[in-house]
Amino acid sequence: MPTATEAGLSDTQRQVVELAREFARERIEPFAAEWDRTSHFPRDVIDEMGKLGFFGMTTPEEYDGMGLDTVTYLLALEEVAAADAAIAVSMGIHNAIPTTMLVKHGTTEQRERWLKPMARGELLAGFALSEAEAGSDAASLAAQATKEKQGWVLNGAKAWATNAGTADLMMIMARTDQTGARRGAKGISTFIVPTDSPGYTACKPEDKMGLRASNTAAIELSDCRLPADALLGDGGMGFVYAMEGLDAGRLGIGAQGVGIARRALEHCIRYTAERRQFEKPLHDFQAVQFKLADMATRIEAARALAHRAAVRKDAGENVGMHASMAKLFASETAMWVTTQAIQLFGGYGYMRDFPVEKLFRDAKVTEIYEGTSEIQRLVIARALR
Amino acid sequence: MKIIVILKQVPDSETKIKVKGDGSGIETDGIKYVISPYDEYAVEEALKLKEKAGGDSTVTVVSAGPDRTVESIRTALAMGADAAVHVNDPALEGADSLGVARALAKAIQDNGFDIIFAGKQGIDQDNSQVPSAVAELLDIPQVNIIAKFEITEDKSKATVSRRIEGGEETIETSLPALFGCEKGLNEPRYASLPGIMKAKKKPVKTVDLAGLGLDAGEVGAAGSHVKILKWIPLPERQAGKILQGMETAEASKELVRLLREEAKVI
Repeated sequence: MPTATEAGLSDTQRQVVELAREFARERIEPFAAEWDRTSHFPRDVIDEMGKLGFFGMTTPEEYDGMGLDTVTYLLALEEVAAADAAIAVSMGIHNAIPTTMLVKHGTTEQRERWLKPMARGELLAGFALSEAEAGSDAASLAAQATKEKQGWVLNGAKAWATNAGTADLMMIMARTDQTGARRGAKGISTFIVPTDSPGYTACKPEDKMGLRASNTAAIELSDCRLPADALLGDGGMGFVYAMEGLDAGRLGIGAQGVGIARRALEHCIRYTAERRQFEKPLHDFQAVQFKLADMATRIEAARALAHRAAVRKDAGENVGMHASMAKLFASETAMWVTTQAIQLFGGYGYMRDFPVEKLFRDAKVTEIYEGTSEIQRLVIARALR
Repeated sequence: MKIIVILKQVPDSETKIKVKGDGSGIETDGIKYVISPYDEYAVEEALKLKEKAGGDSTVTVVSAGPDRTVESIRTALAMGADAAVHVNDPALEGADSLGVARALAKAIQDNGFDIIFAGKQGIDQDNSQVPSAVAELLDIPQVNIIAKFEITEDKSKATVSRRIEGGEETIETSLPALFGCEKGLNEPRYASLPGIMKAKKKPVKTVDLAGLGLDAGEVGAAGSHVKILKWIPLPERQAGKILQGMETAEASKELVRLLREEAKVI
């Protein structure tokens, strides 16, 4: 059984992963199907994970985080994703994008006010880049931030933001260049926006194919007034910060894809041993064996790719290309493995009463969000030139 | 208060146990070891008492076992225990319950204690002997299988409940005393990530039998009063029987006959 184990982990790292596995098995997995059916976002479970330290895993200890390495974080995230990818996405985004942004570019006051409670699991943070007209072409976003005497005023709309309606704060990308003097990607800045700010409205949650327990919604910004210190880092650097955050985020999607695929394989191993056709268990048929072997091999490869990129990241390398490779391969593995899983389950696989159908639906978005597979290929190809 | 928890490391209940071919023991390869589940209730109750008692109260975990036992000790430390004593001596492999109890009792005595919590039994061999023997050796009262625990303000007495057939038995005891913990006593907490980080720096004292001033020939396997002669795997489950081609009345009759004469369950 290809569970998430890694040679050379310290006792501490192993304990962290064990804890994630135990928590996921006891507090998430038994309820995941119900949350999926009712589109219920279990904030209480998220808060419990936060209190245990899962929302500050890689945050340095000086900011109340655990200061853990990225491989350990990915292993823990994989365990959560194997139980419910909809919970993993909250953990993944919070740990990767807003956390990275504040660690790298926050002022002392911003870190004190936001990063520390985020690491302690007291505040849940999200990220809003996409807009209805700006998806893969993110730099064309139109939400506008205007400087005033007292601070900033944000206007515009964001699309498909995870936890838009459930987070305590969002990192929102908006233009700080002016009409008539547009500067493309260089005209974008990052704002720390508490979700109870006047003028911030999270719209009705989207009715999604998968990750149904996760809150995804559009955000309307209508004269959303923010203090001057809502601006993160330097004006005009927002797109760079977003890409840095996405490098970390994409490794997380890699772990999420591995988690989904692994759980699908685990179900298949059990099912093909039990299910008998033509007077023998399915796993006695070579066609089935080959499928299982391919699933297991791709999962191992996907995990190795993500962990390798994580090691590079912790060594301080620029991991843009490697993060894209990890995300691309793991998400396509998740989609392929869950497709095979439904095929192995046959008619049962198509039924909501069996777990692989949900895994299939959850897998699809990993090929889309935080950069589609096509964008990942572009990033990789550009890095090869 | 000096609060002691007796902890045993056992194979995970989800582990498939295989008996060695020669019946001399179990295959230990690939076994995942965990804190015996009843001992988790003991850890939790100790931590709750520490939080309540406050002051300079400490929780010390005392465990006997080979090197791997440290992993479970660290988990208890990550849950919030303060320190641990690990009795690690190869002579204890194959020791009987009394031998293990002697080693633990001595370690507890050396450490000092005001109250002791243990699981009601280890889930590996289910002997349920060590806690009682430790209490006897320390000459203190013990109540096993407790489902409720309360302590008086001055910490001189404890009131505990045991579930008994059709009711509950409430027992008051003076302290120090030893309590064997039962499921339902509490909900053991998870070891948090900060807890795991802090556990690294907490002291784990390792002692062998000589260090405790005990004679391995008496306490260890050599002095054991109990010898396990042979380990036998559970018999494979037999295939079920299906009564076919009979009328309901006839089939019922046959079913009752089989349950009575073959299965001997009615």
